[in-house]
Parts: sequence; C-alpha cells; structure tokens
Amino acid sequence: MLAGPSVGDAAQTAIAHGAEVVYAVESPVLADAPPDAVVAAAAATVAVAGPRIVLGAKTLLGRDVMPRLAFRLGTALASDCTSLALDADGRLLATRPTYGGNADATVRCLGTPAVASLRPGTVDALEADPARTGDVVAVDAAIDASVVRTRSVERVEQAAEGLRLEDARVIVSGGRGLGGPEPFEQLEALASLLGGAVGASRAACDAGWVPTSYQVGLTGKTVTPELYIAVGISGASQHMAGCANAKAIVAINKDAGANIFKDARFGVIGDWAKVLPAFAEQLHELLD
Amino acid sequence: MALHIVVMAKQVLDPETPLSAFRIEGNRVAAASNMAPVVNGFDEQAVEAALRIKEAIDGTHITVLSYGTGFALDVIKKPLAMGADDLVLLQDPAFENTIDPMLTVAALVAAVRKLGDVDLVLAGRQASDWDNAQVPAGIAETLGWPIATIAKAVEVDGTTVRVQRVLPDGHELVEAGLSAVVTVSNELGAPRYPNMRGIMGARRIQPTVWSAVDLGIEPASVAPAFEMVSLTKPESRVETEMITGEDDADAGRKLALRLREEHLV
Repeated sequence: MLAGPSVGDAAQTAIAHGAEVVYAVESPVLADAPPDAVVAAAAATVAVAGPRIVLGAKTLLGRDVMPRLAFRLGTALASDCTSLALDADGRLLATRPTYGGNADATVRCLGTPAVASLRPGTVDALEADPARTGDVVAVDAAIDASVVRTRSVERVEQAAEGLRLEDARVIVSGGRGLGGPEPFEQLEALASLLGGAVGASRAACDAGWVPTSYQVGLTGKTVTPELYIAVGISGASQHMAGCANAKAIVAINKDAGANIFKDARFGVIGDWAKVLPAFAEQLHELLD
Repeated sequence: MALHIVVMAKQVLDPETPLSAFRIEGNRVAAASNMAPVVNGFDEQAVEAALRIKEAIDGTHITVLSYGTGFALDVIKKPLAMGADDLVLLQDPAFENTIDPMLTVAALVAAVRKLGDVDLVLAGRQASDWDNAQVPAGIAETLGWPIATIAKAVEVDGTTVRVQRVLPDGHELVEAGLSAVVTVSNELGAPRYPNMRGIMGARRIQPTVWSAVDLGIEPASVAPAFEMVSLTKPESRVETEMITGEDDADAGRKLALRLREEHLV
C-alpha cells in the first residue's frame, strides 16, 4: 500500500522492487502523513485487498500506525520483528527481541490478518528491476479531514550537522564510560577522519552530554553502519538493539566483563583515554 | 471542572538486572530471588508528567491503574508516594503478564470506562519486559480516543492536550481534544523522588482491587493475538578478537592496523 496526496512514481518503484500489486490511496488529507489518516488508509486497503498478513516497518511513522492498525483490525501487532517465517499451516511466525534484547520471542500470530512490523535494517530490499511488472489499484478510501484528531502544530527538525546516523558508514559512539561531554570532541574528530558520524548511548544523552538525536538504541535510532566503534559503552541490551546490525562492532572498554564484547568483532580492554588517541594517530598515518 | 488523569503503570522485573541473573525457563522469564520488581521506568515518567499537570491545574486527580498478578505493594505504591491520589489494581489470576496484549487492553479499557470521567490517560512509551509499545495504542483505538506518542512535555489547556513529541532529529508539537491518550518518553526528564510526606501518605492509601468480574470481562472470551512458540536467550553471533598490546596505547595502534587489514577503515 502506498498512501499520500499523490502516489506518483512510487508505485513503479515498489513494482521494480518486487511488488505485484500496489494499492494506491490518494487524498490531500494524507499530506505529511498524519498517523490518524494513514491508519484509515491502511484499514481501507486491508478491507479491499483481504490479506492474510499485513507488514510494516518500525519507522517513526510505522511505530504510530502499526499498533493502531492491528487493534482496528481486531488483533495486536508483532512489533519490531527481526525475522519472519510461516508455519506448516501458513500462519505467521514472528521473532522479536524482548526484555530489552535479553530474550528473543517467537510467536505464532493468530489474528486474521496477522499484523507485524519489522525492525529497520533487518532485511535487504530486492534489487530494483525496471523490467518487473505489476498492477496499480486505486483504493477509494474517502478519508475525511475529520479523521485527523491529533493535529501537528509545528515540526522542528534540528539542523542535521553533517551526516545522518542512519546513513553513516562508520559510527563512533560514546557512553557513560566517557565520564562527561568533553571526550565527545575526540569522538567527533575520529568520526570526521573516518567519514562517519557520532552516536551515543542513552546514558550519555540522559546525562545531557550530547543531544538526544545522537541516541542509538531501542528508544533511539537503529543504525546499520559497516563499522560501529563503541567507546566506554557497556553494551546494555537496549543499546545493542540499535546497533546489532552493524557489520562490525569494535569495543573499547576498561571492563573486561562488559556486555559489549559479546557482540564485538574486535575488542580492546583498556582505558579509552589512552587507547583512543593512539588509535586515532595510527589511523591518521594509515589514511593520509 | 476537575481534570481526571489516569496513569497506567506496570510492575516489571528490574531491567538493570545483570544478564547473569536473567534466566528463561519454559518460555517464561524466571524471577530469580535477586531480581526485584520495579515500576516500569517510562511509566514513572508518565506519573511525573501527570504530577506536573496537577501542579499547573488545581483540582487535578491522578488515578494509577496497574494490570497484573503478584503485585509487590511497596513497589506499585511508588506513584502514590510520588504524589498520585489513587491506585487501582486490576488483579485476577487470569491477568498474567504474557506477550499477548489483548486481555491487558480489554481490562484497562473496562477500568477506564468504569472510572467514567477520565480526561487523559498517560503511560510510558513501552514496558521494559515485552517492549510491545502497543497497549496505549490499543486503548486509544478501542475507546476511539486520539493518541500522541513519545512525549517529552505534556500540557493541558482547557479541553485540549498539547504534546511535545520527540523526533529522531528534533521535535513536533501536536494537539488533540480530550479525552486522549499520551505516551511519555525518558526525554521528559527524571521522575521525582518520593519525599517522606509522600511515602507516609502512600502508606495510608489502600489500593482498590478490581477483578475480571468487577470489570465485567470474561478473560476466556478475549481471543489472544499470539501464541508463544519459544523464548530464548539470543546467541552471540560473533567471535570476538581481543586486541592486546604492551600498554593501552599500543593496543590502540594495533587495533587501527587490524581494522585496516580487514578493510574496515
């Protein structure tokens, strides 16, 4: 399903990526995607298409839309799934991290339809092939402006300083172990050398050392860089939930028992204040 | 007219429990003796949001609703010690803490209806056990109320609730007419500590207890959305290569060389 004031080329893009039928819901009320209107559009599409399974992503919008859609359809949402499968009867089996990442639950979805949302970055899109064909079906959802009951008054985007975390190929991330805001300057310098961005754990954000927008984790951003360098981060499950899909995690921590080492491809047990400058200096030599 | 706020607060295992004390037995998380329950952290922040509204609007009444079994009274009374007025426990042998939210939503909706005059339902953005983040959405959907999620500030102005929502790169101001549901995030700020007066006051308040019968719901008739197939500890997926050196600085230099070898930098 695509929803917006005008779906435009997006339908062909979805088909090129493998969609066989695209349901297009077009309404001026869908401008800026108010969740109330998107839920209405999705419910109308489900009524027309009659699917057995409804999938969405746990994006900013999906986080609001998917649980409400599930309850509107008389069931609940298998939220933030990291893998999906079908059982022998064709029922959806959804696996999702729970207890902040300490336990993986697999549930059989009993609702008709089953409704699930996927954690961003857990599956790769099919490569686009413009030769693929598919149908575009217009859904007449007749969405009235009155469905939007939570109205957006003002949206303030902080001027993104350089690279977005979600797009960064390299992330240098700092946590409680850094002890204050100043060390983040070293992290910024290292990130800039590697063409990457700086992230942080919730502890560092809650302490006010860096803005909330730096937060990687279950309640922050989900990132999928090639390289994630975690400095002074213990690796609480709720943090790992945001970076576990990094291709390689490097951990620098003075506590040999820190959870972060379990998920790290490379680890250094040591004082970050001594490890990091030498690491950065050596990188300078290698990369210059 | 007095404002009636309901805060939904869940008793959960302390999420700071060390991984070594975290055990799974028969598709359930087993509560080891050293795993103390706490009020879900985001729910404490929802209590804080309610108290800030109460400070701004005279005559605000805060009722805390908690669904479950096996309540530790000294734990679940913490919102009262912080300054909430009433506590209603939705307690029934059928109200087990499972991954399925259908019965939870049915019971909480019935409780909000039974209270009758609720203007605003506040809850944490998610609970630290199942991380479902959908009971508030289910309640809003079932009651037909508007919802605003992931708030860092909540204000009531007449019959309108104004919410500052946290966005990944900024914030959004939204508003909705009451009655409404709002979920609260950690960006709201730390919840206040109960003071001695609050703690003494909370001791004198006896919670109201409502069973499924009191709520007029038949648990067996609420169809679940999920059936648990397995609950397991995630496997570590990587072999960790520890880099050592003569000292910390040397290890740092070797790390750089090793990353270069692997073409990671």
